[in-house]
Amino acid sequence: MFVEIVKAILETVLLFTFLAVVTAMLGVYLERKISGWIQSRLGPKHVGPQGLLQTIADTVKLLQKEHITPLNADAPTFNIAPVMVAVAGLLAWIIIPFGPAFGRIIMVRDINIGLLFFLAMASLIVIGILLGGWASNNKYALLGGFRSASQMISYEIPLALALMVPIMMAGTLSTQAIVEAQRGSIWNWYIFGGPYEWWLAIPGVIGFLVFVTAATAETNRIPFDLPEAESELVAGYFSEYTGMRFALFQLGEYAEAFGMSALAAVLFLGGWHGPWLPGVAWFFIKMFALVFFLMWVRWTYPRLRLDQLLNLSWKGLVPLGFLLVLVTGWMLV
Amino acid sequence: MRLDWIYVAVFAVVGTIMAALPLGIVWLLAPRVALPQKRLTYESGVVPFGQAWAQFNIRYYLFALIFVLFEVEVIYLFPWAVVFRQLGTFAFVEAVLFIVILGMGLLYAWRKGALEWV
Repeated sequence: MFVEIVKAILETVLLFTFLAVVTAMLGVYLERKISGWIQSRLGPKHVGPQGLLQTIADTVKLLQKEHITPLNADAPTFNIAPVMVAVAGLLAWIIIPFGPAFGRIIMVRDINIGLLFFLAMASLIVIGILLGGWASNNKYALLGGFRSASQMISYEIPLALALMVPIMMAGTLSTQAIVEAQRGSIWNWYIFGGPYEWWLAIPGVIGFLVFVTAATAETNRIPFDLPEAESELVAGYFSEYTGMRFALFQLGEYAEAFGMSALAAVLFLGGWHGPWLPGVAWFFIKMFALVFFLMWVRWTYPRLRLDQLLNLSWKGLVPLGFLLVLVTGWMLV
Repeated sequence: MRLDWIYVAVFAVVGTIMAALPLGIVWLLAPRVALPQKRLTYESGVVPFGQAWAQFNIRYYLFALIFVLFEVEVIYLFPWAVVFRQLGTFAFVEAVLFIVILGMGLLYAWRKGALEWV
């Protein structure tokens, strides 16, 4: 028991460091570099080789910035919100399997209700954002928090419905078992219908697209970035946050965006399965490919209007999701 | 099984400490200059007008109601999806009935204009 707790503490430190370094620091660097590449400019270049150390310098800078709590803000809630977002982003990663190494599967815990747990932690982020927006006592922040809440609840349903496709095919909620079920060739990936008949690729592909769309909206990324639309709401729900507290919000967001990409790779793209390279490498290749896709979408589509955003979810993706569940069920029976 | 949740609890506690740690470092490193203007709420540079905790017309509340309805439905679908292939046709017909009834609910809300952004 004691040994297990010490192990759990060590794993928390490891995973948190991984999230801080890979998702937040490398994520911000990639975002800036890829944005630069798409816009035919160079991006960060001066700190370190090819600007690789830019985010580390930024973090050191942020550590030296004063924490300002506005006089009108609700101080306790204002301080809890960023920590909550970061911790929820961390908890969601518990169920992500990285792949086989050292004779076991690298993942924190293979919880038997894994996917449900992931969804629950992803919705905890909404509460953190709403708390932050409300506690700031700033009009922009409040509107950003409201928008974020309405957007995230609208897209949570299509997200959960898209999850049904791999769950029904695999008959389990455990992420490790879902990846195991996609063993074999590329055609066994659930996006291509898994090891069943070829026509299950139809719900597979549509489910994948619904999942990626809903995940983009869940993580508040462009074209669904209304909660932090800088041209209307300054910085949205984190308008009042300075220094490291702002960085914690960013950490939570990037952890969630990378977590969604990782989950899409696990559920639809066969997780760590792939030829020649070791499993963990395949997992990271697929995850970063999806992260790149998210950043590419950012510079391709303009922001949606709020009514378009809600229509897309309630009149488009939700009926489509229900249809998807029925079609998958009909094909599997 | 129980160990899983012990892990989750440890992650929640230690994760909170880890996330609060940089805030502690900031407390040690960062300057603290007390200027009253600095602690004003940001409102595009002018002196803020009233509080943000005023009465807002929150149009999202109908969406929130529909959300609760469908989220509960989705929660029911999770255990169904797990055991679906063992139960076969029976489970499929049950789910069709369930989804069709709630689909009619969505259609009703749609026709009544609850999904319109007014």
